[in-house]
Amino acid sequence: MAQNQIKNMTLNFGPQHPAAHGVLRMVLEMDGEIIDRADPHIGLLHRGTEKLIENKTYQQATPYFDRLDYVAPQNQEHAFVLAAEKLLGVDVPERAQYIRVLYCEIGRILNHILNVSSYAMDVGAMTPMLWSFEDRERLMEFCERVSGARMHMNYFRVGGVSQDMPAGLAEDILKWIDAFPQMIDDMETLLTENRIFKQRTVDIAKVSQEQALDWGFTGPNLRASGVAWDLRKSQPYDAYAKMDFDIPVGKYGDCYDRYIVRMMEMRESLKIMRQAIEKMPEGPTITENRKVASPPRADMKTSMEALIHHFKLMTEGMHVPAGETYTAVEAPKGEFAVYLVSDGTNKPYRCKIRAPGFAHLQAMDMMCEGHMLADAVAVIGSIDIVFGEIDR
Amino acid sequence: MDPALEELKEIVTEALGESIVDSTLSIAETRGELVIQVKRDDIVRVLTYLRDNVNCQFKQLVDLCGVDYPEREERFEVVYNLLSMTLNRRIRVKVRTGGELVPSVVGVFSTAGWFERECWDLFGVPFDGNPDLRRILTDYGFEGHPLRKDFPLSGFVEMRYDDEKKRVVYEPVKLTQEFRSFDFLSPWEGLAPQLPGDEKAEKNEGEGA
Repeated sequence: MAQNQIKNMTLNFGPQHPAAHGVLRMVLEMDGEIIDRADPHIGLLHRGTEKLIENKTYQQATPYFDRLDYVAPQNQEHAFVLAAEKLLGVDVPERAQYIRVLYCEIGRILNHILNVSSYAMDVGAMTPMLWSFEDRERLMEFCERVSGARMHMNYFRVGGVSQDMPAGLAEDILKWIDAFPQMIDDMETLLTENRIFKQRTVDIAKVSQEQALDWGFTGPNLRASGVAWDLRKSQPYDAYAKMDFDIPVGKYGDCYDRYIVRMMEMRESLKIMRQAIEKMPEGPTITENRKVASPPRADMKTSMEALIHHFKLMTEGMHVPAGETYTAVEAPKGEFAVYLVSDGTNKPYRCKIRAPGFAHLQAMDMMCEGHMLADAVAVIGSIDIVFGEIDR
Repeated sequence: MDPALEELKEIVTEALGESIVDSTLSIAETRGELVIQVKRDDIVRVLTYLRDNVNCQFKQLVDLCGVDYPEREERFEVVYNLLSMTLNRRIRVKVRTGGELVPSVVGVFSTAGWFERECWDLFGVPFDGNPDLRRILTDYGFEGHPLRKDFPLSGFVEMRYDDEKKRVVYEPVKLTQEFRSFDFLSPWEGLAPQLPGDEKAEKNEGEGA
């Protein structure tokens, strides 16, 4: 009897799959259990953010950035306000710069906690997810205390931040910084030398330096491949130039390295947070330029000028001089950038959002080829994708 | 201006002279960012040069996007943002098209594939040589290019689940309340000699008389 020829099979992965980290539909061409080709279909969460922003004033546009990568919202806002500030030529008060750095690092830890723990769950470890969400909750409490919202903060404003930190918050954050390394240690005991975890991640989806650059990798994924590149160091923005921290770099560029880089980055973030709080000067938290930022509420009760400024800013919004800029920040997932074109009116002419996950997901085909079906899940987990930012 | 940027500008202008459109004007520095506008058909050559030349080393294409300027003769601008990690520099390369084919740069940077698909999807700029130029962000079977300036914010169709037909149906957009777009633009720095709208009063008087 002639041996049956095994036919290639096409497998539909998602759009509702718990390990797809959102609404990812992937069409996999399988040769037995080996992946021949992976074709991710994205856009199921497309909300037309860029089109909407073109129809909103600059201040109305910042909340949309919270809803891109909803795991670390403040980092996205940061890119947009920096771009607008660059076009306006506004200086940000020093205290606001430190607060922004502090909250960006909170965002980074928020993101890495979620990614590492859900990634561990994808490959079979349940406990990290349950443990680490406690700390995620604490961090979101810090966000709530400063802005009123746990996740969609809308805290960063063009020219500074919306309000100063309340009394006692800095001390509470410092206490948390002291306690959190224990949590990272606990997670590492569970995962770093765990035999099952290593079997699922070591040597899976290795990406060389050349491949990483060619496919537009940024952030932890690029650093895991051995490129020491971090925008916080190389093109520092806000107060990052005054911070002392290291950049963890991987060696082999496999799923395991990407996990290790994220774990080490959390420790570096703690360092930055501590420095930001200790070095934070007193002073105003938003620019005094009244054509950009609204005056304090107390002034509005007595000053006609202040009232007019408030009214004009809340209805018409600020006018941004014509020009264009490409401004990038080191978001937890990689280089998040805004290409902002202004035509001199109160609305952006074009606001292209460069999401790091978009480039990373594109490389799925390259990374999955020749791996088993179950590895696809590990790869998706390790490149850290969130569909809010990919689909925009 | 930054001397290193000046130097890079000189290198680029010298090497790519004939590809750059109107080199005196279009190689402009906006806020410390280097921008060059090149001929559409030379884009592959330009990007390959920028990637491989020792003095440039723009190894990464971080972003590719379209911009729509309907009032221009060639209405679309395709913008390539490159990053050189060795030099710690960025450069922005632009080409213009009125809907003609733009050569694909997938051969130079693999990452361009999806970015070009996105640009095709949202602006309708076709790329010549992209192996997989399908729509990417919009719905299966979507018609039109939503980021064009003449595409309405509300779109043309809306979809819902039809319980009788037991499937999703597409219908023309029906807004229960008219979409209101307020024009808040006003003289911001003091009053202009004539307020917007004043000309109407004069016109009416003229008509009335």
